[in-house]
Amino acid sequence: MTQPKTLFEKIWDAHIVRPETADTPAVLYIDMHLVHEVTSPQAFTELRERGLKVRRPERTLATMDHSTPTTPRGLDGLIPIVDTQAAAQLDRLTQNCQDFGIPLYRLGTENQGIVHVIGPEQGLTQPGMTIVCGDSHTSTHGAFGALAFGIGTSEVAHVLATQCLLQSKPHTYAVRVNGQLQPGVSAKDIILAIIAKIGIGGGTGHVFEYMGDAIRALSMEERMTICNMSIEGGARAGMVAPDDTTFEYIAGRPFAPKGAEWEAAVARWRNLPSDEGATYDKEVVLDANELTPMITYGTNPGMGMPINATIPDPAGMRDPSARMALDKALTYMDLRPGTPLLGHPVDVVFVGSCTNSRISDLRLAAGLMRGRKVAPGVRMLVVPGSQQVKRQAEVEGLDQIFKEAGAEWREAGCSMCIAMNGDELRPGQYAVSTSNRNFEGRQGKGGRTFLASPLTAVATAVNGCVTDVREMLAEPVAV
Amino acid sequence: MEPITTFTAKIVALPSENIDTDQIIPARFLKTTNKTGLGESLFADWRYNTDGSPNPDFVLNRPDVQGAQVLIAGNNFGCGSSREHAPWALQGYGLKAVVSTYFADIFKNNALKNGLLPITVDEETYHQLVSLFEEEPGTMVTIDLAGQRLVLPDGRKVEFPIDGFSKHCLLNGVDQMGFLMQQEEDIVAYETAHPAAFGTVG
Repeated sequence: MTQPKTLFEKIWDAHIVRPETADTPAVLYIDMHLVHEVTSPQAFTELRERGLKVRRPERTLATMDHSTPTTPRGLDGLIPIVDTQAAAQLDRLTQNCQDFGIPLYRLGTENQGIVHVIGPEQGLTQPGMTIVCGDSHTSTHGAFGALAFGIGTSEVAHVLATQCLLQSKPHTYAVRVNGQLQPGVSAKDIILAIIAKIGIGGGTGHVFEYMGDAIRALSMEERMTICNMSIEGGARAGMVAPDDTTFEYIAGRPFAPKGAEWEAAVARWRNLPSDEGATYDKEVVLDANELTPMITYGTNPGMGMPINATIPDPAGMRDPSARMALDKALTYMDLRPGTPLLGHPVDVVFVGSCTNSRISDLRLAAGLMRGRKVAPGVRMLVVPGSQQVKRQAEVEGLDQIFKEAGAEWREAGCSMCIAMNGDELRPGQYAVSTSNRNFEGRQGKGGRTFLASPLTAVATAVNGCVTDVREMLAEPVAV
Repeated sequence: MEPITTFTAKIVALPSENIDTDQIIPARFLKTTNKTGLGESLFADWRYNTDGSPNPDFVLNRPDVQGAQVLIAGNNFGCGSSREHAPWALQGYGLKAVVSTYFADIFKNNALKNGLLPITVDEETYHQLVSLFEEEPGTMVTIDLAGQRLVLPDGRKVEFPIDGFSKHCLLNGVDQMGFLMQQEEDIVAYETAHPAAFGTVG
């Protein structure tokens, strides 16, 4: 009998071009390579210097997202780029894609958007694939039962030139979430709770596989939210075994297989889930019934707590370096140990990023926003993940709900998640953000970020201070 | 890439855990299309005041650490984004190695591809190095890649792990692209046996 395999092992084994030896890592074949403007220019330079071509342009797709403005279009219908350095970087991507024959979704065109939103949206992200991108949130695509991970620019060049990567086999980590989520608690709260439990280095050297009733019950977009933040738990990749939810989501998308090919693909994908008896190197278990909305209070995504908890006290920590880290974080955040975050005023609310900018996120946010207003003095930005998400939201009138509430409805892009494009916090400002990183200065130099779900973000925008959305859900709304 | 030989260099300690790549080089410096000049932006938000002047409280601005080539840092160094600008900035500043109790996966990969040595040591050695730096600024260590040894001033030799392939590449000054290019035959064989099973972009 053959050894039972995990989902990860099946995909890994199916992509081995040359097995690992005592002296060399495995050569792994890459099915799809996503490219954006920030981490690719130096890789194309390397190709030029060595006189190399892109081996599989048809397995490569480029988009513009990181340094792109999200400000309104001009009268010419184009999105104006005022930052000359960003403009030069975007021009470079256009030139590189033209010279090397790579399809590109240019700024403002109909399919452009955040790289981890457009792959699934186009039906390009499919179960069983290997997917890489020069971006650590490539783990998002693992929601489809793909092996997807972020790479550096040297590796971007490797994949462009050879469609392969040199890899050492990571370990496996079962992340089991049992039970059922309570009202007001969402996928974002699950992943923030996981990271708070295992720490931001907990998954280093591992690939997560999320499993259990609570994961099975999630929609594809919710699974993407969870897989997206695998890297914040230290794991390069996170995956969910494909099921009918996965297949229904892919069916009919532009690049999904059609007709008999579709039937064959689904039959193949049904063999991907881990075999009975397959074992993992590590395991963690969470009970979804006990989860509450989560929020971060510190300067890494592991510094998170239930929204109604109080900020931990460094004095109570035994490990001196952890104590020092928390002390430093609370100084940066200007927060006092032992106090609650509920009621803490905020200056900005950001709904967006590859974690939470898909249509279901915007529907959830707009559903709570309807009939309510953004509190005076609070700036709220809603940034759709792609041009398609933006159009769909406008068809459904979600943009009107946000605008009537006093929020800014913007063009698609990474925006204030990475603050490269002018969308940023000012020093000292507090934000509740649906993005993935609360590192010092991540959303603007001196800015202070509380990571939370879209529901918590809207509730906070309405009250002008950190709010437990469960209380707002219980209130009657005048529509 | 220059081959890495045994070297002796001054250490500088930044004893914080989880130093993420947004601290190593903030995202606003990533709008470049080349690898040069990033050393000036290394640890920019810690190193410079809002007006751009050096922050005298930040360790890299101390006169006695100038010329240091080995950074001692807390665990999980390089967590966060995949930006290879992080090792480019560390090298641009003049660093040749980072010593920590462990590194984030993507950072470690990126560092090895650029000849910046990520040296993993046990907690005790890490704390000894931090104490040495604090008590005797200017302390030197020797890094022997071939022997995979870090030699402390008291003569104690600490072994460090590195995968055999990266070690070979770094000792010989060859990059990994060359090896991948040599796998053409296997790649063609794989592609023939595995035609695209999905709708491709082009």
